[in-house]
Amino acid sequence: MKIIVPIKQVPEVAEVKINPETGTLIRDGVPSILNPFDEYAVEAAIQLKEKFGGEVTVITMGPPQAKDALLKALAMGADRAVHLTDRAFAGADTWATAYTLAVQIKKMEFDMVICGKQAIDGDTAQVGPELAELLGVPQICYVRHLEVSEDQKFVIAHRETDDGYEVIKAKLPVLLTATKGLNEPRLPNIMGIMKAKKKPMDVIDAATLGVPEDEIGLKGSPTTVRKVYPPPRRSGGIKIEDMDPKEAAKKLVEFLASKGAI
Amino acid sequence: MGLLYDRETCTGCMLCIKVCNFGAIEKDGDKVKFDIDKCVLCGSCEEVCPVDAIKIERRTVDEEALAEYKDVWVFCETHEGRLRNVALELVTKARELADKLGERVVAVLIGHEIEGLAECLIHQGADKVLVVDDKIYADYSTDAYTIAMASLIAPRKPAIVLFGATNNGRELAPRVAARLKLGLTADCTGLEIDENRQLVQIRPAFGGNIMAEILCPYTRPQMATVRPNVFKPSEPDTSRTGEIEKVEIKVNPLQVRTRILDRVVEVTEGMKSVEEADIIVSCGRGIKDPSNLNLPQALADLLDAAVGGSRPIVDAGWLPPTQQVGQSGRTVSPKLYFALGISGAIQHIAGMSSSDIIVAINKDPEAPIFEIADFGIVGDLFEVVPAIIEEIKQLKEKR
Repeated sequence: MKIIVPIKQVPEVAEVKINPETGTLIRDGVPSILNPFDEYAVEAAIQLKEKFGGEVTVITMGPPQAKDALLKALAMGADRAVHLTDRAFAGADTWATAYTLAVQIKKMEFDMVICGKQAIDGDTAQVGPELAELLGVPQICYVRHLEVSEDQKFVIAHRETDDGYEVIKAKLPVLLTATKGLNEPRLPNIMGIMKAKKKPMDVIDAATLGVPEDEIGLKGSPTTVRKVYPPPRRSGGIKIEDMDPKEAAKKLVEFLASKGAI
Repeated sequence: MGLLYDRETCTGCMLCIKVCNFGAIEKDGDKVKFDIDKCVLCGSCEEVCPVDAIKIERRTVDEEALAEYKDVWVFCETHEGRLRNVALELVTKARELADKLGERVVAVLIGHEIEGLAECLIHQGADKVLVVDDKIYADYSTDAYTIAMASLIAPRKPAIVLFGATNNGRELAPRVAARLKLGLTADCTGLEIDENRQLVQIRPAFGGNIMAEILCPYTRPQMATVRPNVFKPSEPDTSRTGEIEKVEIKVNPLQVRTRILDRVVEVTEGMKSVEEADIIVSCGRGIKDPSNLNLPQALADLLDAAVGGSRPIVDAGWLPPTQQVGQSGRTVSPKLYFALGISGAIQHIAGMSSSDIIVAINKDPEAPIFEIADFGIVGDLFEVVPAIIEEIKQLKEKR
């Protein structure tokens, strides 16, 4: 079974702080990590390979340092990596990202593409479905349980819904997006980390990929960012300390009633 | 390359460094230099530069072609034969946007035996409802719904199409966008019309650390998914009239490549959905033991509220995943949010910070949740919450 896992390197969002003076993000010293949802995707692909045999290829579009995310996936047990990297890819929105990935993936053979549900920096959850459309395969999003039939022709997946889940069957090839609960991603061990450096990694630029310049990066993106600013800060309001609980509760309920909240 | 920097013109005022969110600009002698690998071409520097030394090359806009696209559409999701709340919220918002543009609101209703809902959408503010009714649409499927939406949008040329950012909306909209080669903005929390009649799509990113304003300058329609519970639905006006048009869009069963074998509802009997509740009582580690959950439940019952939880509580299996509030769970924006024993990790705050009123009760006076709470009580929740319940009961009796 041939499985492709598109991944993204993201900043550890929990450690991103705001500069109170300028209101901008402080990214210095913030570690870059493999997007956590992508770890579920990598783990799922490796588990399927362990069961059915085959090959797991991880692919990313990103700056040179995104190689570290690929290495992590290789260390977990992926077999090979593809790194699409070129300044011309910069500024891509979800459409241009999905398009660039699709051009490369169409050149490869696959039975399944497994993405993370969303990246924790942009949080859009759009690249997976857009990629499925551009590859012309069906999609099952927010998968938290996955089985592949013994004949390797079908998947049965549990797709998270707003009030539970659906059990969905689809014929391969298919694109899935993985969410929390699908598995417990393994930690790479020393052997894995050593081996990762020797696994094949194709580094591909825009010219080699053969994509027109106006379809990629900022130029290929139908959306543009007009402005970025810190969210309107919620000023902390009333804070009560060292007060008898009954008295505090009374003040709270008066406050809520005055706001018409209860 | 997208960014052009005119070093000669640059006065070295360094304003651009201050506004860059991505650390892509640094001081270079008395001028600046750009790290293109870090730059996302967001244009903050271009906007702030007083001498226009920074230029971001963008595509040209064919204004004549774009002007052909008119009206504000809303994909109105149904669930078990009922409209989802977000559909009513979006029709209300669409009305406001359409009035600014002087255009119509068109609601799109796809499903089976759902025509009866069209009237509600007109009362809510729609001028027209497109009804696509067929057995094939009885259950949501990405394939059938994508065909329906793409078939409606392509010939009718709306200017704007809005989807609720539900699980279905968040996977349908990008599929449609990719098919029609359109821009799409996810999870908007604000929508405006700018001076050029463009839709300004406002959304949080980086776990809620920054807000971004997104435009779709080159293509139409402009598409966005919008978070539930952000916009309030208006009171329905039953005197409103509008047009209902039935549209037949055939889908061959073979075109639907996924099959639903089973559907499992995990919302526990009596447990309200956090996404649709007006009031949420959430608890975190401070609740200490699952047997203590009857306390937040009692408060929730009193207020007709949903019980939610932070990630550790859900990971421990004390609450089902459907009740998890935060970045890896649900995003909510109720009228009132109680954070009981929740310290306020950024991932949790990202999922609830747009609530109207936040009440925090925590033992630790330094807990970050107090920084965003409208009303915070430093104290033991096991003493404070029973007192709150008592106070609310008394208030209800008085009324």
